[in-house]
Amino acid sequence: MNELAQAIPYFGSRNPRVARGIVLALMLLAPLLAGMIGNTWIRVLDAALLYVMLALGLNLVVGFAGLLDLGYIAFYAVGAYTWGFLASPHMGVHLPFWIVLPAGAGLAAMAGILLGFPVLRLRGDYLAIVTLGFGEIVRIFMGNLNVTNGPQGINMLDSLNIFGWDVSRNIQITESFQINALTSFYYVFLLFVVGSVIVMRRLQISRIGRGWAAIRDDELAAKAIGINTRNMKLLAFAMGATFGGVSGGLFGSFQGFVSPESFTLLESIAVLTMVVFGGMGNLGGVIVGAVALSLLPEVLRYIALPIQQAIFGKVLLDPEVLRMLLLSLAMIFMMLIRPAGLLPANARYSREELVKGLKEKQA
Amino acid sequence: MSIVLLEAKNISKRFGGIQALSDVSLTIRKGEVYGLIGPNGAGKTTFFNVLTGAYTPDQGEFVFAGTELPTGKPHLVVERGIARTFQNIRLFREMTALENVMAGHHIRTDSSLFGILLQNRHTREEERLITERAYELLRYVGIERFADTLSRNLSYGDQRRLEIARALATEPQLLALDEPAAGMNATETAQLRDLIETIRHDGVTVLLIEHDVKLVMGLCDRVAVLDFGKKIAEDVPAVVQKNQAVIEAYLGGGHHAH
Amino acid sequence: MQPWLHAYAALGVDAKSLILPRRGSSIPARLYLLAPSDALVLYNLLTQVTPTLNTMETLLQQIVNGLVVGSVYALVALGYTMVYGILGLINFAHGDVLMVGALVALQVAAYLQNTWPGLGTTAILLISLGAAVPVCMLMGYTIERAAYRRLRNAPRLAPLITAIGMSFLLQTLAMIIWGRAYHSFPPLFPTAPLQPIEGVFITPVQVTILVASAVLMVALVLLVNKTSLGRAMRATAENHRVASLMGVDTNKIISTTFIIGSGLAAVAGVMISSNYGVAHYSMGFMPGLKAFTAAVLGGIGNLGGAMVGGIVLGLVESIGAGYIEQLSFGLLNSSYQDIFAFVILGIVLIFRPTGLLGERVSDRA
Repeated sequence: MNELAQAIPYFGSRNPRVARGIVLALMLLAPLLAGMIGNTWIRVLDAALLYVMLALGLNLVVGFAGLLDLGYIAFYAVGAYTWGFLASPHMGVHLPFWIVLPAGAGLAAMAGILLGFPVLRLRGDYLAIVTLGFGEIVRIFMGNLNVTNGPQGINMLDSLNIFGWDVSRNIQITESFQINALTSFYYVFLLFVVGSVIVMRRLQISRIGRGWAAIRDDELAAKAIGINTRNMKLLAFAMGATFGGVSGGLFGSFQGFVSPESFTLLESIAVLTMVVFGGMGNLGGVIVGAVALSLLPEVLRYIALPIQQAIFGKVLLDPEVLRMLLLSLAMIFMMLIRPAGLLPANARYSREELVKGLKEKQA
Repeated sequence: MSIVLLEAKNISKRFGGIQALSDVSLTIRKGEVYGLIGPNGAGKTTFFNVLTGAYTPDQGEFVFAGTELPTGKPHLVVERGIARTFQNIRLFREMTALENVMAGHHIRTDSSLFGILLQNRHTREEERLITERAYELLRYVGIERFADTLSRNLSYGDQRRLEIARALATEPQLLALDEPAAGMNATETAQLRDLIETIRHDGVTVLLIEHDVKLVMGLCDRVAVLDFGKKIAEDVPAVVQKNQAVIEAYLGGGHHAH
Repeated sequence: MQPWLHAYAALGVDAKSLILPRRGSSIPARLYLLAPSDALVLYNLLTQVTPTLNTMETLLQQIVNGLVVGSVYALVALGYTMVYGILGLINFAHGDVLMVGALVALQVAAYLQNTWPGLGTTAILLISLGAAVPVCMLMGYTIERAAYRRLRNAPRLAPLITAIGMSFLLQTLAMIIWGRAYHSFPPLFPTAPLQPIEGVFITPVQVTILVASAVLMVALVLLVNKTSLGRAMRATAENHRVASLMGVDTNKIISTTFIIGSGLAAVAGVMISSNYGVAHYSMGFMPGLKAFTAAVLGGIGNLGGAMVGGIVLGLVESIGAGYIEQLSFGLLNSSYQDIFAFVILGIVLIFRPTGLLGERVSDRA
């Protein structure tokens, strides 16, 4: 928990304790507040948390290791389809989540290595194109194969059932008070996000995290200090993909169906924009970026549509167009004005308390 | 002083139409400072790159501490105990000075992925240890007060020192320095010279490529001279200085003097 | 195989989903996007043109299709390769410039047909081209000026990410202006296909595409190799600083490169949409990606390479799509056609990153 709080340096700088309290309270109360406006908004928050997980995973590849991956959504798809295969009437298999999620994560990691092997030697911009191609190939296959049920995808996916607790059921506490299923999903997802952040922070401050940062900053120098760049890059692809796979599984269980439409290039780009917008390499930044860019389109939808109706008498820009407009502009302007992102990375790769201890000993 | 640490046997390397190295053989003994000099384009840096595995030689082999060195695999060469610096400094820009050196410890650490994720005792212990060691190394090269400074914000001379500290973190037997004095003023060069002396004194053999002839002649136990990819002399500085071929290589043949 | 299906696949449009009813639905899925009359025409084309061909003719037909598609790829690839040669940037938005070219031309052509019904089709074609090309040139210039130029010394991922953003911005703007519908492109060419060999068809549009792209490519090569502008471009590609020391206004040269590339893309856009009869806000994406593949295949930064790469890719794709079913033992069908480009791209980058003709470092523009 402390690690998550540390990951939010922006709030922490003035009055860390109060800031942490506010963040924590917001995190915990968000679905209840959102629920007051309407259940749709809880759903929006749930989706936002999935995006946060995706952005964290992509950040590992792009922000930590400096490998621009434009096909990241493919791993999300692998996770979601794994859920579809192993927990739905499609194959007639209904395995529990503690098998399906790791299976999705493992398959995604394998896909990550599969993609990683051939592209290891490529420079940044070529890498981007090839990963984009990979994402498209995965989507084309999922949209055409019989086993994935083509463009229609797989329906009636099992919901998340955690040892007997079906998350998709409303919990009736008293006659008049119930905990909405969407709210339950929120807290489950929040747990996963917290877990991801802890994993990310541990990776970052470790020989592995420093190895990735070294490759990102100067690959030749990284080799010259003995880093096996091939293995480290493969590890980055595999780890990043694992996060994608887990989020994909959660997405499948949450949405109840999977189809190729959810895994287009636009989604890859959207996740990349979140990473870039918040600040590559900075966990706090990435979280802020993901939350902001997944909530903003919804807020815009809420605000802009009635305004358009009132002024023009019809809807000129539909929500999807607004979202694309927002994402593309965010991307361009962020790069032009603030290339380091909203919260520029002040990412550390060493333990603060250890360094401080040494300096005090010195003095 | 007579144990051979590194033996280069008939190393040749060709780039397109240019024979960058032809048949270069030389021997570096344990504990010495060995200088490699020569006019621009003589093949010094190419020799470095072949030695450290950045390039594969077309012909020839290196024997290091009794066994053959792998070629074309930089990380394995480092693991065997050869570290290098670069002519144009290459640091990890987004990391602090301390973290640069900590990254240098990479191959001498072994925390596994799961150890790191679980933060087991071994991982925590190792992390504490390399933080300490990295700090020690910063002090060794004299820049510990900049431990928390991003490497890109260090002064030029300090960046050179940091690069040496990072190389030392790999615990090398042979430290290969590519023009470490380039761009330094007289004071900085003198400090660098002291540092190299200390490193040698502490048991690390040093291979030095340098343009600053005075530094080389004052510091090196033995010197080899390359010209057009060929070794034209190898001896103690006093002898090499008087070698006719060397004088010609530096003064005549249309080369620029250094 | 029906050439029309490939045609749509090349556009990034799944022709089957356009025409054939989806499983479980009695209405053709996306037909409502087209005006009913156009849909009918399209439907007839797709269902009635099923010539029974023997293998040799099939192969020849695939070659003809491949050459046509390939020469369009080549035209677009030139834009990628010129920009990459000079700036080292993959201009992701290049494919979308093509799309804007097609839609502007379509808009103008439709306007002309409505306003002066007596106007000849050649005149309409030339006027709409004359509108599309300058619009795209201006757009290419603006994109470079407003975005890429400020990022010339930025960290390496920044320009690339901006270019991706630019690509999506153009698509979004096109979506706002022209909507999501597949617009049918007015038929400006005679539709009766020629039959140079019994059983092998080539339409007048296709002939025009082959001739026009050949002319444009020759013109570009002459421009780069024989004029002082071309020399300045080559010098800039070689080394910006040295070129500017030698008195070359490198900013101007870079702008010019974007302008020329965008002009070619506009022409390619018009070609594609007159060949397939439709234009669409995301039609630039696939051809753009494939043209980039072509540029890499030929050796990026190399003009000749872009042309060779385009043609080779077109042929591989077209012939491959014809035989993919046999090649994969019936596992895959022609809806997988798009993966050829990606697979080729992957293979080239891994085994021969300098491309077929090599990255000509000393003579690139």
